[in-house]
Amino acid sequence: MSEPLLKVRDLKIGATVYPPGEKPHDIEIVHGVSFDLMPGKVLGLIGESGAGKSTIGLSSMAYGRGGVKITGGEVWVNGRDILQSKLSDIRKLRGGEVTYVSQSAAASFNPAKPIMEQVVEAAVEQGKFSRKNAEARARALFDKLGLPDPDNIGERYPHQVSGGQLQRCMTALALCPEPDLVVFDEPTTALDVTTQIDVLMAIKEAIRDTGVAALYITHDLAVVAQVSDDIMVLRQGETVEYGPVNQIINEPQEEYTQALVSVRSIDHEEKAPTEEPVLSARNVTARYSGTKFDVLHNVNVDLYPGQTLAVVGESGSGKSTLARVITGLLPPREGDIQFAGRTLSPDFKNRTREDLRELQMIYQMADVAMNPRQTVGTIIGRPLEFYFGLRGAEKRKRIQELLDEIELGDGFIDRYPAELSGGQKQRVCIARALAAKPKVIICDEVTSALDPLVADGILKLLLNLQKIEDVAYLFITHDLATVKAISDNIAVMYKGKVQRYGGKTEVLSPPFDDYTDLLLSSVPEMKLGWLEEVIANRKMESAGN
Amino acid sequence: MKNIPVSALIGLFFTALYFLGAIFAPLLAPYGMAEVVGDVWEPSSADYLLGTDNIGRDLLSRMIYGGRTTIFIATVATIISFTTGSILGIFAAVAGGWVDQTLSRFVDLIMSIPTLIFALVVLSVTPVTVPMLILVMGLLDSTRVFRLARAVAVDIEVMDFVEAARLRGERTVWIIFREILPNALSPLVAEMGLRFIFMVLFVSTLSFLGLGVQPPEADWGGIVKENKDGIVYGIPAALIPAFAIATLAISVNLVADWVLNRTTSLKGGRG
Repeated sequence: MSEPLLKVRDLKIGATVYPPGEKPHDIEIVHGVSFDLMPGKVLGLIGESGAGKSTIGLSSMAYGRGGVKITGGEVWVNGRDILQSKLSDIRKLRGGEVTYVSQSAAASFNPAKPIMEQVVEAAVEQGKFSRKNAEARARALFDKLGLPDPDNIGERYPHQVSGGQLQRCMTALALCPEPDLVVFDEPTTALDVTTQIDVLMAIKEAIRDTGVAALYITHDLAVVAQVSDDIMVLRQGETVEYGPVNQIINEPQEEYTQALVSVRSIDHEEKAPTEEPVLSARNVTARYSGTKFDVLHNVNVDLYPGQTLAVVGESGSGKSTLARVITGLLPPREGDIQFAGRTLSPDFKNRTREDLRELQMIYQMADVAMNPRQTVGTIIGRPLEFYFGLRGAEKRKRIQELLDEIELGDGFIDRYPAELSGGQKQRVCIARALAAKPKVIICDEVTSALDPLVADGILKLLLNLQKIEDVAYLFITHDLATVKAISDNIAVMYKGKVQRYGGKTEVLSPPFDDYTDLLLSSVPEMKLGWLEEVIANRKMESAGN
Repeated sequence: MKNIPVSALIGLFFTALYFLGAIFAPLLAPYGMAEVVGDVWEPSSADYLLGTDNIGRDLLSRMIYGGRTTIFIATVATIISFTTGSILGIFAAVAGGWVDQTLSRFVDLIMSIPTLIFALVVLSVTPVTVPMLILVMGLLDSTRVFRLARAVAVDIEVMDFVEAARLRGERTVWIIFREILPNALSPLVAEMGLRFIFMVLFVSTLSFLGLGVQPPEADWGGIVKENKDGIVYGIPAALIPAFAIATLAISVNLVADWVLNRTTSLKGGRG
């Protein structure tokens, strides 16, 4: 067996924190991580946010982002301990031996320069290729990564290609200088599921064909299972489990890994529709003012009392616009919204207080959905005071009841949003919506900004609350696993039209139309070899390609 | 409050000194404000610490009383400018549409005329009394605050929590005072320190030009005007109020800088 390409021993990484009102002090964020990476192999680093996975990835280039410092341990690349190397040697390493693919290609490319110039820059700078050879190599890579028109795409500017294509250009950029190691930092997280699968396949093939080794960082175990040889599960800067992909997926040893593997396995029995829908959109067509095309075309959906209607689709399919039309933020051009037997005014300003109370909303970003200057008590208490006139002790008692319902016991009422974790914030938003005793809650991507285990908790809470409060959810999401877990009815949206609509079992069983098939098959499964299987069986290309 | 930088401490000390001097002026001043106690332009002595002015009044007493007038006018004018400016600014941002357009273009119109010239024209046709002076200064300066408040508020206005409040059915007044104002306060407060200094300079300029505080009332700009002829004869009396204006400006700025640093820092402040 040859020497490992990358050998990390007892790596410790620290950072300086500046808590308000206290003296700045140093904390350790990675506590002694060790691993080996053989040439041509892929190691998946997986963990929730704050696990230290990106920090570890960057340390293989001897780099600490922001105030982050590598405080101890050894990082050997090609037999050299790069933490002891001079800066000039490290410069030769970065962009030469080791390259990096970031999460947001759109934010990492310089919008003022054509793609080709940026793709070949490192290779030419490092003296690995002449400009001409580098461009030839880049074009070969574009072709290998399945980009359309590989000979000319380099002349385009970053905004002239789609998000998925740009991510592949970035992979070409990283592979161009013939590196020994590529660090992929969540390369597909910002993409739609149907686009993610193309990029994933392209990356996988490129890794295989060029024989490069890779560190693949992600929070999605199902994704990493498709591309890696080994997996390291991280939590709060410590290794939880480290082993071959097969063992991690099929026989996880640690409790935390088991939880990650079994995430989204909520069982939810579909309920039969009752006769009268509580909310229905009838022939809704809408466009944003100042534009010349419709974002929604003739949308018809029904939501039954105490049930969940999931609206699924890729970004740009019009699902959030539908929510804006229902809440009255965007009056439709045609059609109307029926609510509990009456027609709602198209503009929310003309709706009665009762209408507004019975239709509540939960947002994707809990951070900005709460006023940072109000305490949890004020945030939840305001609807109580506004709709029901509750005051003083009575109001406080009800707030505490609601906090108990969302499983946040005592001591939360006087906290500010900044003092809550992401999952807790979303729970407070749920409590605020519940405080109004609504008939319908619109949930707009409420779990997509959360880590998988936390999102799981939120979904379970929502299902539980539905049983207790008998509230109906209009659940907007792009994540089909979430849909399977929570919905009674499903509407699949594509380019502003409802592509497929009906009960959960009906929508999720064949025969499928081509788009639903693409969408369903693109959800990563926790199964080895799934990626190849899907690509082989596909009927249509994703919209982003 | 432990980690106050030295510069801010110095600023706080002198600002407090000037404000306390203004509040307790009658107790501190050794002589009456308009009392003629000695010869013209006497040098400083044990009786008259800063000497006397152009008609023999004690300069220290006049400085203390003058500081009181200047600081009082500047403070009240700042308060007026801030209340009108920030409330109208946030209102424009929340209301949007033609309300925003009308208010903003009107403010642009006022701002296109140099403030000092505008104030001189207004004050030359109206009776120059202290309330009038405060009102003119406050309203003219509120255009600047309007711009800042509107710019800050349009950023906050698009946040989801404001949309949530709208969908709850809250009225505009609630949205302005409960949702937006608390979040816009830190940049506004920091700006307030700077605007206060502009007010001090503004009222001093007006008094120096003879359209501000009227004799025999004292204020720093007026003291410079009364004693400016002495400079020709080497009498430093006119420089003392100038020095006071400069030190007050610097110390308030030091405090404002510190507040601005604290509130715009990503690592705290807004928590």
